Amino acid sequence: MSGAGTFLGMPAFPHNAAAAVQDSQLRFNLRKATHTIRGKRAAVVGELPDWAELRRAGKEIKDHTLRHLDRYLLQLEEAVTAAGGHVHWASDAKEANRIVADLVKATGETSVVKVKSMATQEIGLNEALQEEGITAYETDLAELIVQLGDDWPSHILVPAIHRNRAEIREIFQEKMAEWGRAAPEELTDEPRALAEAARLHLRERFLSTKVAVSGANFMIAETGTLVVLESEGNGRMCLTLPETLISVVGVEKLLPTWRDLEVFLQLLPRSSTGERMNPYTSTWTGATEGQEFHLVLLDNGRTDVLADEVGRQALRCIRCSACLNVCPVYERAGGHAYGSVYPGPIGAILTPQLRGTASAIDASLPYASSLCGACFEACPVAIDIPEVLVHLRGKVRHARAERLGMRAAGWIFDRPSRLARVQRLGGRLRRFVPGRLPGPLSAWTDTREIPDIPAESFRDWWNRTDGGAR
Amino acid sequence: MTAGAPADPRPAAEIGTGTSANSRERILARIRSAVAGAPDAPITRSYRTSPEATDVIGLFAERVADYRAVVHVVDGSEAAATIRAAMARQGAVRLVVPDGLPAEWAPDDPVADDPRLTAAELDAVDGVITGCAVGIAETGTIVLDAGPGQGRRALTLVPDYHLCVVRADQIVAGVPEAVARLDPARPLTWISGPSATSDIELNRVEGVHGPRTLEVVVVR
Ligand code: SF4
Repeated sequence: MSGAGTFLGMPAFPHNAAAAVQDSQLRFNLRKATHTIRGKRAAVVGELPDWAELRRAGKEIKDHTLRHLDRYLLQLEEAVTAAGGHVHWASDAKEANRIVADLVKATGETSVVKVKSMATQEIGLNEALQEEGITAYETDLAELIVQLGDDWPSHILVPAIHRNRAEIREIFQEKMAEWGRAAPEELTDEPRALAEAARLHLRERFLSTKVAVSGANFMIAETGTLVVLESEGNGRMCLTLPETLISVVGVEKLLPTWRDLEVFLQLLPRSSTGERMNPYTSTWTGATEGQEFHLVLLDNGRTDVLADEVGRQALRCIRCSACLNVCPVYERAGGHAYGSVYPGPIGAILTPQLRGTASAIDASLPYASSLCGACFEACPVAIDIPEVLVHLRGKVRHARAERLGMRAAGWIFDRPSRLARVQRLGGRLRRFVPGRLPGPLSAWTDTREIPDIPAESFRDWWNRTDGGAR
Repeated sequence: MTAGAPADPRPAAEIGTGTSANSRERILARIRSAVAGAPDAPITRSYRTSPEATDVIGLFAERVADYRAVVHVVDGSEAAATIRAAMARQGAVRLVVPDGLPAEWAPDDPVADDPRLTAAELDAVDGVITGCAVGIAETGTIVLDAGPGQGRRALTLVPDYHLCVVRADQIVAGVPEAVARLDPARPLTWISGPSATSDIELNRVEGVHGPRTLEVVVVR
């Protein structure tokens, strides 16, 4: 089963990426997807004369919220409670999973329907529920494909983008029956037919399941309102029909006032799917239309990110995926190479901050970028991803050869006289410099030329000729 | 596939109040120490709050149609005839009619949500006809707030055909004006075209779970 938040034990990014770029189907799918969405996004963003002002307000509202996060969370808790909802706080994944499992058990049910939520993937909720004898059914078409295919999501917005229609047809025919209503006998690989099969497979489940689990795109502190944006209507099914609704939401998803939605309901759909507005947005406050409502507020490393002055801007992220779609590295390496539910540029800065850089995959993530800056340009809340990447590179533990080299360089550069002596030495020995460095250093020269060392340093030349005057 | 989950004997409201109460204090304390000494962050709102639009009704109709919804713009006197013609074209006879829908818009043989229809009953009707709370021209969006003539949220979700009547005075130019008009205490559904997915090779397919056909009658 897919969904554990950490693809732990994953090899480092360079290893995964090297394998992924050999997969020509994957590269073709990714290229088509990212370029299509990129074009649509540019068109609808261009329609708004005040995009720059909206982006500025989006960034500032998030910064303001993060600065006063304690106050706004308390205000949210009060408003949700006043509207008949229940608020739970979870420090980490384990605690959040425990709370959700207990809430489901209290209803006496053994299955839940789920609407796509990155927070619940991050904490591995589906697996945790399975261990307690509770089956979680994903209902987003792409998540259904991923779940039936026993696979990992590879894109924030289109998680099954690595699968083509023939593969999807095969997955539906082989696996649907195991999970519920079987796929029709004569299923073709037409997208319309595949969507229809998913509609039929899920409809009876929606009409009968009593508990739903969701995430949320935004929470409004002032009113206690939760907001979910989606396309297919499976979100509305989960939010509306079941008797009990449990929403697991990261503490950073907060906005102070109802009015702030006027900014984010313009920024998010246009940046995300490249539409003026997504087909469905639901908002609800507390227990609605007779439903029982539980909100689980999730930390799971977010307060660590908040404590880092440079890195905390990653918490502004509204998960639009615009940075993935413009990233030259993502386009070639694909979502799985990042070893986390958060792929692409945002994953490269968020994952190592949430999980730390102890494992090989997490330590390699800050290097999964060419620092071209396209992600920063595209980001609707102006997260300076390259800045955070460079900051994180400074924090990961470097290889021994690199550390020794840097220490030697530091000693040399410390005094001008040392530098001059080393430069003169280099000039005299220049004939002996090889084209390819030995041992672990060859990783550097495999992809780069060693620059020629001049016979005389600039300093020596300047002193000898008095700046060219003699 | 599932082993039976033993029911938790505690009432749901109490779950998480043990360790969760400690976590609440821990999370709040961690936030306070993380942001201690950080400067306040002011918010500049220099974006448009009421976009200029000369023909909001025309723009609304065009943008709704962009989502492949069927749109009609008619005078008040033509509304009833337009609704009847739409139903006939769709082959829809049994439509759910929520409380408070103006009588002249209601079909001859309305299905009332009283007593509350079950999900299975909703699945069996031909469609639903509603009014709305707000229309947004720039984005082609209709917002329902469960008020009179709209009913609870499931009514516009389970049936496969949604016929929505929008009065001209309900249409605003942009998103900020809509947010200002709406009441967050009510459950809101923002609808921009029929249900859709692009999950299969990015091909847009209308209608996965919500109504596959959205038809909008704008009454001038
Ligand atoms: S970092 Fe910015 S562009 Fe990337 S997903 Fe988050 S909000 Fe979108």
